Amino acid sequence: MKDAFLILTVVTYSGSLALYLRFLNTGKEITGRLGTIFLGLGLVAHYFALLERSRGLHTVPYHDLYGSMSLFGWLLALTYLGLELFHRQRSLGAFVLPFILVFFVAAHLAPADRLSPVPARGIAFAFHVTLSILAYAAFALSAVFSLIFLGEERLLKSRRMGSVVWRLPPLELLERMSRSSVLVGLVSIAIGTVLGFVWVDRLRGQFWYYDPKYVITLLVLLLYVIYFQLARSASWRGARASKLCIFNFFVVVMSFTVVNLYLSQSHRYF
Amino acid sequence: MEIVLVGLNHRTAPVEVRERVSFTAEQSRKAAEELRSRGILQETLVLSTCNRSEIYGVPPESSRECAPGLSSFLSEFHAVRPDVLGLSLYHHYDHEAVRHLFRVSAGLDSMLLGEAEILGQVREAYRYAHEYGATGPVLNRLFQGALEVGKRVRSETELGTRPMSVASAGVKLAERIFGKMNERSALVLGAGTISEQVVNQLRDRGIARLFIMNRSRERADELAQRFGGKVVGWGEWDTALKVTDVVVSSVSSEEPVLRREILQAAMAARGNRALFVMDLGMPRNVEGSASDLYNIYVYNIDDLTEIVEQNRHARESEVPRAETIVDEHVGKFLSWQASVELVGLVDALRARLREEREAFIHARMDTMSHLNAGERERMESMMDDLLEKLLLEPAQRLRGEKELRRKIQNVEALRDLFLSNREKP
Repeated sequence: MKDAFLILTVVTYSGSLALYLRFLNTGKEITGRLGTIFLGLGLVAHYFALLERSRGLHTVPYHDLYGSMSLFGWLLALTYLGLELFHRQRSLGAFVLPFILVFFVAAHLAPADRLSPVPARGIAFAFHVTLSILAYAAFALSAVFSLIFLGEERLLKSRRMGSVVWRLPPLELLERMSRSSVLVGLVSIAIGTVLGFVWVDRLRGQFWYYDPKYVITLLVLLLYVIYFQLARSASWRGARASKLCIFNFFVVVMSFTVVNLYLSQSHRYF
Repeated sequence: MEIVLVGLNHRTAPVEVRERVSFTAEQSRKAAEELRSRGILQETLVLSTCNRSEIYGVPPESSRECAPGLSSFLSEFHAVRPDVLGLSLYHHYDHEAVRHLFRVSAGLDSMLLGEAEILGQVREAYRYAHEYGATGPVLNRLFQGALEVGKRVRSETELGTRPMSVASAGVKLAERIFGKMNERSALVLGAGTISEQVVNQLRDRGIARLFIMNRSRERADELAQRFGGKVVGWGEWDTALKVTDVVVSSVSSEEPVLRREILQAAMAARGNRALFVMDLGMPRNVEGSASDLYNIYVYNIDDLTEIVEQNRHARESEVPRAETIVDEHVGKFLSWQASVELVGLVDALRARLREEREAFIHARMDTMSHLNAGERERMESMMDDLLEKLLLEPAQRLRGEKELRRKIQNVEALRDLFLSNREKP
């Protein structure tokens, strides 16, 4: 059954990617809708694949790197689907699905050793982790949208129209989608971080102690608040805001890699 | 069950001839009725657009034999001398006629390669002819195939996707920045043929507000009335550029009208919201250095022409893909046609063999007077069974095996061989 969900997820995500690519190429509405339906089915299959994996390893998905990656991919897909439906724009699926597929395949095809069961840490901890990963997924999406914005803006400004430009979303919509995505990320990371402090406070009797992860998380929060404010201001709207958004995501990646692996005492995979 | 096509188009006839032989809806109905009553065609469909007038038909006998009659009908119907018409007309028969229609429907035969209107015109012509009963099984199948080809070519290739005129390229570019035009406003500076086309395109796309600015107030009022816009006084840049998203400029002026300082001030006033400027003036209306300003997108007439040219090349490169779709559907239609004809041939053969059997028994039974009525009846029934047995398998194979139908290239030859040799020695 475990393999069945794995195969089903890969098949539905791949089908969705193929349909989104075809939609980008032909602009045929029905193909785009089918892409969305396949993405929805992929999300359901991915959920069960995650569930099976967690049951098999007797742990939560975010207990190891691969599980965290898969959960990240799932939340990326969920956030993208939400934004796609909200903004009624399907041309970006072709750019987002490859990331979702890579995260899923890399996480689930890696050899998973039996991990030691995790002690129950309560609902606050579970939400802290899930919301934080959701925030990172939303920030990743906003970075993808900003990159597409910059590419399209450059082509339009230089008056070099390739074939893809005619199919991409309008620049202003890309800006809006990027801002929506950051808003999702900001709300999630804010609640997630507060829950983290609450959990630590319960555990140790104090909510704050020095950990580079705390500092960089607050920095990420601050940077995205700044982006959210500047993105609609006269001097920053457009390409400058998009560059800032990409820079912010670079800081997120630093938080995930350098800080988690080498500096933080309390965070490993998220 | 042959197909004939007689017609003329923008390649074979000048507009003076085309306009004389074009059909209104009522005329196409009348023509179809006359062609049927005169016994020239059994099924008829008239396709008449500004670039072509074509009659598709199924003649009672051979398609080649009916073509001259069809040409003279056309010249008589429109009162055009046959020698004038004769030079412009083309005739296509059977698979060539099928291919021609499918290419027309795909937009491959249009003046503007891949244009979309023709598919709607084919659909409308078919709907109308079908409604008044001028089409039959063959033309129904043919035109349904043509509509399918048109749809497939438009969805599977880029033959009809990219804008092919300066005006539509400009408006599509504006949509790349702002999305839908229905919440946007545009400023029209000056007036020229292309800018009028742009305004029409913007209105078709539901532009929310139009502002007109012209040196001559009188001209501005006239344009505002024609376009349904609001007049802004010449030089009131602060008012005009603050609220508009698209500027269409075609002012005849030696000096640039939209200087860098004007646009810089406007961008500050509009909080750097994106501004798209179509500079259609010659010499250019927008100062060259203004295109470097943040969030301003300036396209001049050369840029837009270049995009149209690129799109034309892109469309041309899609032609082989579109032709492949046409080929595929021509093959499908011919296979269907062959299957119908072959099944008809088997039925005709069965009828012929029964007749032969009647004649045979009649001749032989006279010499076999020892057989009683019951035995004679049994013999007749045995011969019928034998005929059915002999014909059943070929009939089933013809219905079921596409490849077999494809292999049988010439149904007429088979008809000649089995059915038309009575009088021959």
